[in-house]
Amino acid sequence: MTQDKTSLLLDDGRRLDGRELHEIRPITMKSSVLDRADGSCYLTWGNNKIICAVYGPRELHPKHLAKPDRAIVRVEYRLATFSVNERKSPAPRRREYELSKLIKESLDSVLFLEKFPNGTIDVYITVLDADGGTRCAALTAASIALADAGIPMKGFVTGCAVGKVADKMVVDLSDVEDKDGQGDMPVAMNYNTGEITLFQCDGEFTTDEVKEGLSLAIRAIGEVYKMQKDAVLAKYTQIEESIDDLGEEEE
Amino acid sequence: MRSEAIVGVLEKQYVTKLLEKGKRSDGRNLLDCRPIQIIPNVIKKAEGSAMVKWGDTVILAGVKAQLGTPFPDTPNDGVITVNAEISPISSPTNESGPPGPRAVELARVVDRGIRESKIIPMKDPKLCVIPGKKVWILFIDVYILDDGGNLFDAAALGAMAALANTRLKKVVIDEDLEEVTLLDEKEPLPRKGSVACLTFAKVNNTIVYDPNLLEDRGKDARFSLAITDKGIICSMQKGESGVFTEEEFVTLLDKGSSLVAPLLEKIEECSQFPEMNEMYHFDF
Repeated sequence: MTQDKTSLLLDDGRRLDGRELHEIRPITMKSSVLDRADGSCYLTWGNNKIICAVYGPRELHPKHLAKPDRAIVRVEYRLATFSVNERKSPAPRRREYELSKLIKESLDSVLFLEKFPNGTIDVYITVLDADGGTRCAALTAASIALADAGIPMKGFVTGCAVGKVADKMVVDLSDVEDKDGQGDMPVAMNYNTGEITLFQCDGEFTTDEVKEGLSLAIRAIGEVYKMQKDAVLAKYTQIEESIDDLGEEEE
Repeated sequence: MRSEAIVGVLEKQYVTKLLEKGKRSDGRNLLDCRPIQIIPNVIKKAEGSAMVKWGDTVILAGVKAQLGTPFPDTPNDGVITVNAEISPISSPTNESGPPGPRAVELARVVDRGIRESKIIPMKDPKLCVIPGKKVWILFIDVYILDDGGNLFDAAALGAMAALANTRLKKVVIDEDLEEVTLLDEKEPLPRKGSVACLTFAKVNNTIVYDPNLLEDRGKDARFSLAITDKGIICSMQKGESGVFTEEEFVTLLDKGSSLVAPLLEKIEECSQFPEMNEMYHFDF
């Protein structure tokens, strides 16, 4: 594909949803949203809505999967049946299996798994409303849920997709830009160490475009990373404030 | 004995002893309902949706609609189908995989409540677009996100609330009754009234309405009934290995009828604002 199926840029050079080329969509993140899960996160990214629950570290069944020197990570990425235009069957498809595997491998690199031999850390992600860029949003949410579960981590994995629309590199593709654009390039990384944990692309890019895309993605990831930190801290800030309030009442 | 099994026994003893004194672990009276919040129209890609927070339980229901072929034995009827996903997100013991017997029973009880109440007029020309050929198929999917007990009532309420704000694309049928064109404009799903599900749990010899998680896990028997806004009982289901007596059932029918009104009101609130929540936003 060398040309967009439809015109994806407006006459003033902005994108169909009014964004600048390098602008990410509005993002909200909230940790500890579920009562039963050990850690959880609800994340909205544009019209994407993602819920993530983490259970563990916990005993692993079946036992033959256990590693005597470290914990394993199991990730289940799923699209809700009503999250897409045509109703999706609840049974997972190949895409969901592949993304689950990539997300797992991405998270492996930031977890101190050797601290929990024979155990498992289970990460369940469900995309409730999908609008492009769900794998990056899912990874971002999963990191928050893992931190919320109190699991020791070297850092967060943070994701953001870039892509090519009307021969220009743009940041954070929407659903339409992803489907009708010229290419899509999801990136995720440990922003603090600079280690890139997920890197894919499909479409047509020149070498220079890939380089430009990567640097744009890293800059956007820096913005998202700040929000992630705040989301994890928010719970503790709230607790701190409520303790302060108690102190004031006693005085 | 595994540790979880021992905890289960202790939990049940605790709940039973409390109930013998007429008390519940969350301080409610035996027939009190937990606080309920419904947030309608939360999923942009769905034709209708609702998030329900029922005590500690959180569920999300979505309706997707597509045109399809009717079943051969009901050629003039639209189709509804309910599916429940007891997601591994919702509790440490719910495992992933295809729906197990628990999820299937949940989906079928919700399905029968809606189907048998006949509140969705399946023969309405808005649902039966070309008799024998093209009808709307409504997929109602309920995701359990946080399992805090009484999934039946929360799932049924979510499904009904999602139907109440469902809007279908308008259709244009060509003269030969062959081709159907979908328009962007939408209209509300036809609906005549509403229905709600009420679940009672029997723990030892005490019966409670709206079991919380501890009561749900410790229950010997469960009884769910669906009641319409006309006061008609359209579906009932007794579940689990415990038993009820005739007198107990008779009492529960009357109690159910007296408890249904606030649930039906909440469903109607969801249909009054079909354009509400245009941002499709919800918060935990």
